[in-house]
Amino acid sequence: MVERFGAPPSPAPLPPRAEPTDLSRDAPLGKTMTAPVKTDKLIEGATGAFEVIVGMEVHAQVTSQAKLFSGASAAFGAAPNAHVSLVDAAMPGMLPVINEECVRQAIRTGLGLKAAINLRSVFDRKNYFYPDLPQGYQISQYKSPIVGEGEVLVDMPDGETVKVGIERLHLEQDAGKSVHDQHPSMSFVDLNRSGVALMEIVSKPDIRSAEEAKAFVAKLRTIMRYLGTCDGNMEEGSLRADVNVSVRRPGEPLGTRCEIKNVNSLRFIGQAIEVEARRQIGLIEDGETIEQETRLFDPGKGETRSMRNKEEAHDYRYFPDPDLLPLEFDQAYVDALAADLPELPDARKARFMGNYGLSAYDAGVLTGEKESADFFEDVVRAADGRTRDPKIAANWVLNELFGRLNKEGRGIAASPVSAGQLGAVLDLIADGTISGKIAKDLFEIVWTEGGDPKAIVEARGMKQVTDTGAIAAAVDEVIAKNPDKAAQAKEKPAMVGWFVGQVMKASGGKANPQAVNALLKSKLGIE
Amino acid sequence: MTDPISLTLAEARDLLRSRAMSSKELTEAHLSAMAAARGLNAYVLETPDKALAMAAASDQKLAKGEGGPLEGLPLGIKDMFATEGVRTTACSAILENFVPVYESTVSSHLWRDGAVMLGKLNNDEFAMGSSNETSRFGPVVSPWRRKGDTAKLVPGGSSGGSAAAVAAGLCLGATGTDTGGSIRQPAAFTGTVGIKPTYGRCSRWGIVAFASSLDQAGPFARTVRDSAILLRAMAGHDPKDTTSVDLPVPDYEAAVGRSVKGMKIGIPKEYRVDGMSDEIEALWHQGAEWLKAAGAEIVEVSLPHTKYALPAYYIVAPAEASSNLARYDGVRYGVRVPGHDVTEMYEKTRAAGFGREVRRRIMIGTYVLSAGYYDAYYRRAQQVRTLIKRDFEACFEAGVSAILTPATPSAAFGIGEKVSGDPVEMYLNDIFTVTVNMAGLPGIAVPGGLDAKGLPLGLQLVGRPFDEETLFSLGETIEQAAGRFAPERWWA
Repeated sequence: MVERFGAPPSPAPLPPRAEPTDLSRDAPLGKTMTAPVKTDKLIEGATGAFEVIVGMEVHAQVTSQAKLFSGASAAFGAAPNAHVSLVDAAMPGMLPVINEECVRQAIRTGLGLKAAINLRSVFDRKNYFYPDLPQGYQISQYKSPIVGEGEVLVDMPDGETVKVGIERLHLEQDAGKSVHDQHPSMSFVDLNRSGVALMEIVSKPDIRSAEEAKAFVAKLRTIMRYLGTCDGNMEEGSLRADVNVSVRRPGEPLGTRCEIKNVNSLRFIGQAIEVEARRQIGLIEDGETIEQETRLFDPGKGETRSMRNKEEAHDYRYFPDPDLLPLEFDQAYVDALAADLPELPDARKARFMGNYGLSAYDAGVLTGEKESADFFEDVVRAADGRTRDPKIAANWVLNELFGRLNKEGRGIAASPVSAGQLGAVLDLIADGTISGKIAKDLFEIVWTEGGDPKAIVEARGMKQVTDTGAIAAAVDEVIAKNPDKAAQAKEKPAMVGWFVGQVMKASGGKANPQAVNALLKSKLGIE
Repeated sequence: MTDPISLTLAEARDLLRSRAMSSKELTEAHLSAMAAARGLNAYVLETPDKALAMAAASDQKLAKGEGGPLEGLPLGIKDMFATEGVRTTACSAILENFVPVYESTVSSHLWRDGAVMLGKLNNDEFAMGSSNETSRFGPVVSPWRRKGDTAKLVPGGSSGGSAAAVAAGLCLGATGTDTGGSIRQPAAFTGTVGIKPTYGRCSRWGIVAFASSLDQAGPFARTVRDSAILLRAMAGHDPKDTTSVDLPVPDYEAAVGRSVKGMKIGIPKEYRVDGMSDEIEALWHQGAEWLKAAGAEIVEVSLPHTKYALPAYYIVAPAEASSNLARYDGVRYGVRVPGHDVTEMYEKTRAAGFGREVRRRIMIGTYVLSAGYYDAYYRRAQQVRTLIKRDFEACFEAGVSAILTPATPSAAFGIGEKVSGDPVEMYLNDIFTVTVNMAGLPGIAVPGGLDAKGLPLGLQLVGRPFDEETLFSLGETIEQAAGRFAPERWWA
């Protein structure tokens, strides 16, 4: 295979990938209205409040070794055109053969979305010309997708749970990549992505704000990462979204929607919805009408702009791909996949709340990433079978560990402190070897230097002093030095806290605070 | 000793096996016949070096008593089949410089079985045509001429090069592809045997696609037995083509000579079309009589949706073609004509690379798939297709073993005679054959006799799905009765 295909000289760069409003396709979005108006989500315009209605089309790259219809590798990051088979390059006479692993992953994702699995689905050709679309058509599923209606529960930070309906999920091929900045008059084409399997997940227009949209995509990502069906890596393009936005005054019929194509980060999804809603509200308040069209979000300028005009609108001439038989499997196949699904985020969150007594918020944060939830459970369940206090474990994972990770911009997988090490720190607190304060110092040492926490405590003399004789001496000394305060404390028992602080300070933090407290109370005559 | 190029494939096979002749002798005889017949324009690329190397390898195997079922037998390959390292153009300007790095499954089966490749055979551009006049390499001249006339005739199409080469002794057999009659119509025009097997019997992998749901490969040969031998090699399941069928390939040759006694043969009344010549009508009747004499029972059957087949075909085939040919865009391989921007490059490349008939079909296909027209054309055509299939199923369910029809409504016509006129005139050539593709059934064309001007006429037998064996048995019965036909070698 040649390394690079040159497209012809062109003084102007190629037009952006043309995927405009589809004239021939029934538009499922923005046509139905299910949820009631949520007044707290309304946006104030100059002439009153508006409701934002959002539906999403999320493109998720299927986690698989090979592409959807060819044996070429689907891996990211290879040299241009290193992963291109004869089928991907659309050589004459080449035929697609469905990759069963991609079908399996689509079904598993559908099950994770609590969706109907269609035992018979059909691949269609979506015809259009573009240099990085070698066949001149994309193989997709149009009228008969592999997955039908489902739903996703999205937890909002304020505690509200939003139910977002799933319209469908279908399998389709990704296109290649056109590179316009390598040559003054030519464009280059990289076909590594050409033919890679994507799942297009279409939501119902159930989303009412930018925050909900972001949370929805984040939740989809979490579900797919739990399932191992999409790595959710937005930087590498494994997850991208088309966002359909319309606005209306509460109670009015749905407005005209605009589709913002190919938004590739959660932040941009939120920004794109905000600015597009503002734009539409502005137009309506100026008495203008909104054109149904495809728009592009420019994060630099903080605006959306029209991608193309009507004259260039495409007719994709969908028809069933005659090279592929309808995709059929039986219910037993689906049942076997369902039986084999891992525990999903919602179930895991419920279990963390029920079994471990965690708050909804803590359980939600811990289960937001499969790796975090696994880490937490590894801390709770010690290697020797003991169970540690789940609330203390959750506090440490959420506050100390996550805080430190966030500070350094690291993910849980790159944590220098293992679940075993953190567990050992918690054990040392639990058996009274160290105080909570010392434990934080110990955590810091383990983070930067590594090592066995127990051995570190021994070696560095960090053990808590529980010898009542030593503590009593310190207590006596502090009382002797502060007779006034000692006298006051008898009247005002809360003063004991000040004495505890002084004794702890004197012991270098190593004294057992409970022991200090008890001794002080008896010596000061409080109780 | 017999002239090597007049042997049947079966005779040559037996001579090679008995070492009475070498593959080298056989191959050289064909290469010289090809050189002497260049005026027919049957081959668009001769591969003599490859042929001789393959023949030498075959002779070594044969000397050791080894070798496959086709060991040492020289064949021609239609230019629709991708051949590794050998230019493959589909006889289109847009692929004039295309050399595949892969071999089609069907041709690789032939080489697996020991066959020798003589070269690539002419065809209508992208197999779109019924006269081989749309090829970018120019028309093929039929080896047949009317009695007392030197006017050049067409060999039929789209596999015109294959038909002419087999009829003229320029190969022992050849591959063809048949989307609407592209094997059976040229076989009928040249007095050769051609079979389009059941859809799914041969792999389409590596065959330049015209209309994916209709395309099927099949052989050309001078006898029914030879075509049976070739189909056995060509057929078989291919995991690279999901529309190919995973069924064992029978020993088709064993079906040749099998009795047809007691078989029920259907004569479809709807095939008596307006303007059909008396000679064709008489031949059809004669064919039925031959089969009756061999013990078959002749019954009239009805295929009521026949009249819709041709119009529906000319919606389905161009629709699929318009999409299949989108890949010829000048970006990755083939011809590119530069433009100021990518759109202009596409337009110029495709305008220069595709001939008139191909452009016409791309435009028809694009139109019938367009928003607002899809339901009226493409969807309806698919519905018609289902009805046509049901017509045949009803016949077979009633106990009919095969259906006998004429292969074409007329004998071969002159080169240039139909080019300038209404394209529908040309399309009508396929009226008896397209139904078979629409229903995905096997169909064989067998020579039935010569018309008053000395030109071959063919009969078509249509069988049940994957029952090619019955077609070979019946075909040979007709062959025995009608005899075989070869043109005079006026060109050499």
